[in-house]
Amino acid sequence: MRSLIHAEWTKFRTVRGWIVGMLLAIPLTVLIGLLGPATSNFSCAGPNGESCAGRNPPTGPGDIPVIDAFTFVHRTLTGDGSITARVAALPDNAEPWAKAGVILKQGTEPGSSYAAVLLTGHHGVRMQHNYTEDVAGPSSNQDSQWLRLSRKGDSLTGEVSLDGERWVTISTVQLGLGERVQAGMFVSSPQHVEINRSFGGVDATGGLTLATTTFDEVRTDGDWSADWQGADVGGSPDDATGFTESGGEFTITGTGDIVPITPSLGSLGKTVESTLIGVFAGLIAVLVVATMFVTSEFRRGLVRTSLAANPRRGQLLAAKAVVIGSVSFVVGVVAAAITIPVVENLEVAKGFFLFPTSTLTELRVIGGTGLLFAVSAVLAVAVGTLLRRGGGTVTVVIVGIVLPYLLAIASMLPPGPADWLTTVTPAAAFALQQTAVEYPQVASDYVTADGFFPLSPAGGFAVLCVYAAVAVGFAFAALRRRDA
Amino acid sequence: MIGVSALHAEWTKVRTVPGTIWLLLGTVALTVLLGALATNAMAPGGDPAESALTGVALGQAIVVILAVAMVSGEYATGMIHTSLIAVPKRLDMLAAKGIVVSALVLVAGTVAVLGSIVVGLLALPDLTLTGPVLRASVGSVLYLALIGLLSLGLAVVVRDAAAAIGVVLGLLYLTPIVTTLVSDPDWHDRLRRLSPMTAGLAVQSTVDVVAQPVGPWEGLGVLAGWAAAALLAGAAVLRLRDA
Repeated sequence: MRSLIHAEWTKFRTVRGWIVGMLLAIPLTVLIGLLGPATSNFSCAGPNGESCAGRNPPTGPGDIPVIDAFTFVHRTLTGDGSITARVAALPDNAEPWAKAGVILKQGTEPGSSYAAVLLTGHHGVRMQHNYTEDVAGPSSNQDSQWLRLSRKGDSLTGEVSLDGERWVTISTVQLGLGERVQAGMFVSSPQHVEINRSFGGVDATGGLTLATTTFDEVRTDGDWSADWQGADVGGSPDDATGFTESGGEFTITGTGDIVPITPSLGSLGKTVESTLIGVFAGLIAVLVVATMFVTSEFRRGLVRTSLAANPRRGQLLAAKAVVIGSVSFVVGVVAAAITIPVVENLEVAKGFFLFPTSTLTELRVIGGTGLLFAVSAVLAVAVGTLLRRGGGTVTVVIVGIVLPYLLAIASMLPPGPADWLTTVTPAAAFALQQTAVEYPQVASDYVTADGFFPLSPAGGFAVLCVYAAVAVGFAFAALRRRDA
Repeated sequence: MIGVSALHAEWTKVRTVPGTIWLLLGTVALTVLLGALATNAMAPGGDPAESALTGVALGQAIVVILAVAMVSGEYATGMIHTSLIAVPKRLDMLAAKGIVVSALVLVAGTVAVLGSIVVGLLALPDLTLTGPVLRASVGSVLYLALIGLLSLGLAVVVRDAAAAIGVVLGLLYLTPIVTTLVSDPDWHDRLRRLSPMTAGLAVQSTVDVVAQPVGPWEGLGVLAGWAAAALLAGAAVLRLRDA
């Protein structure tokens, strides 16, 4: 088997066109990746005429970009203490993720750490902290509920009660906010967005919304400063926000949201996978070479020599798969490893901001690109063995892997069929590149076009592997049964 | 003037290869199939004609194989030597191939588009046979024929079937994928206006045509420009290079 692999490797490396084709995959991936940011300029302008470029959103803990805007009625709490309030339910027509509740926050600076217990428009009572964390509480249809948030040391406990006497703990979290925190009541209401996707176009309409609700029976325990102060955290775009107090009843109107930003098409935030848009072109080059690697044997009759040298036909297929798979893996890894930093550099220079990714995730994306190339190349070898014709093989694998990706990612299909295509076709393996995180508590439409694949990275890769395995199985059988 | 015998020779070659009929049938089947799926899934407010004709994006891949095979197949088997001995005027041979592939694709494309439109008429109440819908249909058939010519020209340049198909499909798929990340509207429109697939398929739009980066016939003209350039490059290479 080792000599067989050596033989296949010799065949591969001595054809100059194949080496060139394989290497071509790397610049193709890089250059097409650069095309996106290179052709992006910001035409939008802020209130003072300055460009949107470089106007980065606040970042929360872990450098994740966040939206942190709400109406905050607060006092300073020093040390341990708690706040309790009865919060009237948000009206039925409120946004599903409008929020009203009690909050402890490091400061009024957007992006600072916090923990909150809150009522939402349609998602019940919840305890959330630091933008990404969310725990649902017991559901109830009552007109108002008591919420309490207390801290003891670094331990913050959120509780809810229907009558102000019997309390249910939602969650306790460990969160160091410092000795002095801003604490109080808040209301937020996210943008209303309606997205209409049709063939070849995405149309988003929306606008800011307001939510108003009342808080009463407010009780504070611990060392609190004297007066309630109002603050529009993150700057309010609407004059109607603010609060009034009469006889211990607070009426608060707010807009905005307290959430991590999720990537979406055409937004200023760029994910790692968006730098890898050129991967499909590199993949086409790899698929062409992988196909020729096997179909040229049949065309030139070399397969008879190969089989005379080693009559165990399955081994020939295996050796070819090993050689082309390894080469493609290396090409994919190198292409991704070069593309990501190069394109990110240009993106930052152009004024985009980047979603942070852990080193581990980035390694998964780079390795994943290698795996995508490797298994796709093996699939091409298997299909090539079956069809024995270069043209047909290349078309089958490109149409099987790249076309569904194109249809899904380019919004040429509505989300339903796009999800379906990226589930059942080998294009599912592009999920290996996904770094965008889906948050159940953040309203966004999470479609493939925005980088949210229906399957997990491993799941999507498994789909491609199944296709490759089945094709290799058939190729093995065909090679054994057929005259060469 | 291209000799009738050159045309006859090309026609005989393509007719007697068993794959041709299957490729033509495949073009029809895949176009109608994807069109039917897309029609079923059409979002409200979509363009009904464009939905019904979505299958063209898939069917074109088979047209590419057909056109490339007419050239690369000859280079693979050495048949090209025989062909050029029979028709020593090389451009005549290329022209004859162009005419034969256009004719075949026009026939298959007409059937495919008719099938797609019939499915669309049955499934979509919004789809009626108006002027723009007829234009989208006729335009889609011409689109497929031009894709055939583009592939033919590139195949003469590249010669190897796998490489030629890779180049053609890469060229076609490049812009739709890349433009998803282009946030400058000018560049976005420029890319869509200048690249073969997005410009050519503009002929399918029947709703809000003015908002398209390129007019329907203009877009098809852009694709025709690409096809002409590919054929010219092919002709030049064919003249200058040993077969």
